[in-house]
Amino acid sequence: MKKTSADVLPVEGGFGNEPLLAVDNLHVEFHTRQGTVRAVNGVSYTVSAGETLAVLGESGSGKSVTAQAIMGILDVPPAVIPKGEIRFKGTDLLKLTEEARTQVRGQRVAMIFQDALSALNPVFTVGWQISEMFRVHRGMSKADAMKKAVELMDRVRIPAARQRVNDYPHQFSGGMRQRIMIAMSIALDPEVLIADEPTTALDVTVQAQIMELLAELQRESQMGLILITHDLGVVADVADKIAVMYAGRIVENAPVHDIYKGPAHPYTKGLLDSIPRVDLKGQDLYAIKGLPPNLLDLPTGCAFHPRCPYRQDNCVTDHPPLHEISGTRGSACHYWREVLDD
Amino acid sequence: MTDKERILEVRDLVKHFPLTQGIVVKRQIGAIKAVDGVSFDLHKGETLGIVGESGCGKSTLAKVLMALERPTSGSVRISGRDIAKAKGAELKHMRRNIQMVMQDPYTSLNPRMTVGDIVGEPYEIHTEVAPRGDRRRRVQELLEVVGLNPDHINRYPHQFSGGQRQRIGIARGLALQPEIIVCDEPVSALDVSIQAQVINLLERLQDEFNLAYIFIAHDLSVVRHISDRVGVMYLGKFVELGKDVEIYDRPAHPYTQALLSAVPVPDPEGREQRERIILQGDPPSPANPPSGCRFRTRCWKAQEICAQEEPLLQIRTGTGHESACHFAETHDVVHVG
Repeated sequence: MKKTSADVLPVEGGFGNEPLLAVDNLHVEFHTRQGTVRAVNGVSYTVSAGETLAVLGESGSGKSVTAQAIMGILDVPPAVIPKGEIRFKGTDLLKLTEEARTQVRGQRVAMIFQDALSALNPVFTVGWQISEMFRVHRGMSKADAMKKAVELMDRVRIPAARQRVNDYPHQFSGGMRQRIMIAMSIALDPEVLIADEPTTALDVTVQAQIMELLAELQRESQMGLILITHDLGVVADVADKIAVMYAGRIVENAPVHDIYKGPAHPYTKGLLDSIPRVDLKGQDLYAIKGLPPNLLDLPTGCAFHPRCPYRQDNCVTDHPPLHEISGTRGSACHYWREVLDD
Repeated sequence: MTDKERILEVRDLVKHFPLTQGIVVKRQIGAIKAVDGVSFDLHKGETLGIVGESGCGKSTLAKVLMALERPTSGSVRISGRDIAKAKGAELKHMRRNIQMVMQDPYTSLNPRMTVGDIVGEPYEIHTEVAPRGDRRRRVQELLEVVGLNPDHINRYPHQFSGGQRQRIGIARGLALQPEIIVCDEPVSALDVSIQAQVINLLERLQDEFNLAYIFIAHDLSVVRHISDRVGVMYLGKFVELGKDVEIYDRPAHPYTQALLSAVPVPDPEGREQRERIILQGDPPSPANPPSGCRFRTRCWKAQEICAQEEPLLQIRTGTGHESACHFAETHDVVHVG
C-alpha cells in the first residue's frame, strides 16, 4: 500500500498566532571526557512564513548546533537537550516520536549544508540522490522520481539538466553542487528552510547567484528561511531580522535596519566596527580584543565581559537577561543604552 | 611609487601543468594554463593585492614567485636576479629574501614541533643568519614582535587558537628578515573578530620592517584596506592592474565591475535599488580557455573582435590605469568596503 505523506504528518494547520517555527529557551549540552560543553544556553527565536531570519555568529557560538537541534540530527549522546522547546506550527518537535520526527525532517523543515561536496554522496549520481526524496517520502517509482529530479534541476537552473542528471557530484563545480543541495532541500516543498553557511565555500560571483536563487525560491513558495552565516554583508543583503549569537546565547536580536543603524550590544558593535571602510584606510582596523571563550569553562556573568570595552563590575557577576528595547528588539547587555547612544 | 626601489620584477610569467594520457607511454594531450603571461612590479614597502575567483591562478602565481614551482617561461627577478633560473646555493640564498604566510594555520604548522622549533626552523636551514646559541633568544624576540608571549616557546600548535597560530606562521615568515612576504589568504580561515587583529599586525610589521607584501585574498574589502595597488586575475591573466582607488572606484574591465558588484555591502539601506551585475555560469576551464579575450563567454559587452583578438593589459583611452578589454570604460559600481 502506498501511503501519502499527508496521512501521517503529525503537524497540521491551525496554529493560531504562533509563528511558523519557534525555538524557545533551547539548551544543548555535549557530555565529553573533558567535561560538559554547553553549546547552546537558552536560545529563543522565531521565523514566520516568507520571512528571512539571519543567525549571525562565529565558530563555536552555537548557531549550527541550534539548527541541528531543529532538524533533529544531533548525535544523542553525546548531545543532550536538557531544556527548551522547538515548536513547528505549535507542535513541540522535541516531544515527537522518532517516526513522526522523520516525517517533518526534509518534508516540512529542510536544511542546506555548507560544504556540498561532503554533504553529497560521491558514489551515487545526483539524479539518484535528488529522486531519493520522492522515492522515500512519496513512494514514487524510480522513473517518475527521476523525472521530478530533472524538473528540480531545471528549477535551480542547472544547465542541460536532462543530460547531467546521471553525473556524479565530482563532475560539477562548487556552485552547481550547491544548487543540487538546494534542489534536494526544496524537493518536497518545505515550509522552513535552514541554510547553514550556504555560500561560505563559494566565490563572490557564485555567491551572488546562489543568494539570488534562494530569494527567488522563497518568493515563489513563501518559505521561512533561517540563514546561518558569519558574513555581515550577506546578512545586510537578504535578512529581515537578525539574531546575533555569542557563546551559545543570543546577545542581540533586531530587525535588520535597526542593527546596522545602531547596534545595542558591544559584540555586535565590535563586529560592525571591524569591517574595513574606505574612509579609514591607512588606519588600524577596530579589533575586538582577546579570544572567543572556551565552552567548557564559560566566563561568569556575561560571557563577553573579558573582551568588552563597556565592562563594569556587575558584568563579571550578573548574567544579563535579554532586555527588551522595543517590541521587536532585544539586547543582552546591562549597558545597552550606552552602547546604543555611541 | 616610482621613487621607491623596485624589488620584484615579474615578466611574462607562464606556468602550464601538462595533462597526460597513458600509463606506460605518457603523451601530453594538453595543459592546464594556470598562469599564462603575468607581468608586474613590486616596490619596497608596498602592498600589491591580488584578487580573483578560485581557479584563476592566484595560488600558483604565489608558488612560482616562491620558486616552489618552476615557471614554464618568463622571469621573476628579485633585486635584479632571476629566482626562476637560480639553482643550488644561489637559490637558497635568494629564498631568504622572499617568505610566505600560508592560508590555513591549522595545517601549515607541524603538530609535533614546538613553537620554538617551528619559528626557529629557518635558522636550521640558513645557519649563517643566527649562530646556534643565539637562536632561542631570536625566536623569543619574534614571538614578542607578533604579539605572542615569549614564554610560550615550548608549547605545541594545538595549544593556540586560530589567530595565534596565524601569528606563529607570520613569525616564521619574518625569521630570515625577508624584504618580500607572500601572504596567500592569510585571514580567510579566521573568525571575523580575529581577522582585524591579524590585518593590523601585518600592517604594523610592514611599517616596522619596510616589508613588501603580495597579498592574495578573495575578500575584496580586506584587500582594499591593506593594498596600495591591486591586480585582478581571471583565468591565469591580469585583466586589470592599478592603484586601489582606481580599481575600486573607477574599474574599467567588465569582470572587475561584476566582481565588485557581487560583493554584499554591509548596509541594508537601499538594498533594493542597488545595481548588481550577476555573471552567468562558471569560469571556463583553464585547460581550454576561450580564444581572444578569456572573459568574453561571460561578458555582456562581447563583440566579434573579442573572439579574434586578445586584448592586452595596457592603459586605454578614458582610463588612467592598465586594463585588458577592447571596450574598457570606467564605471562606478557599488562601493566596496
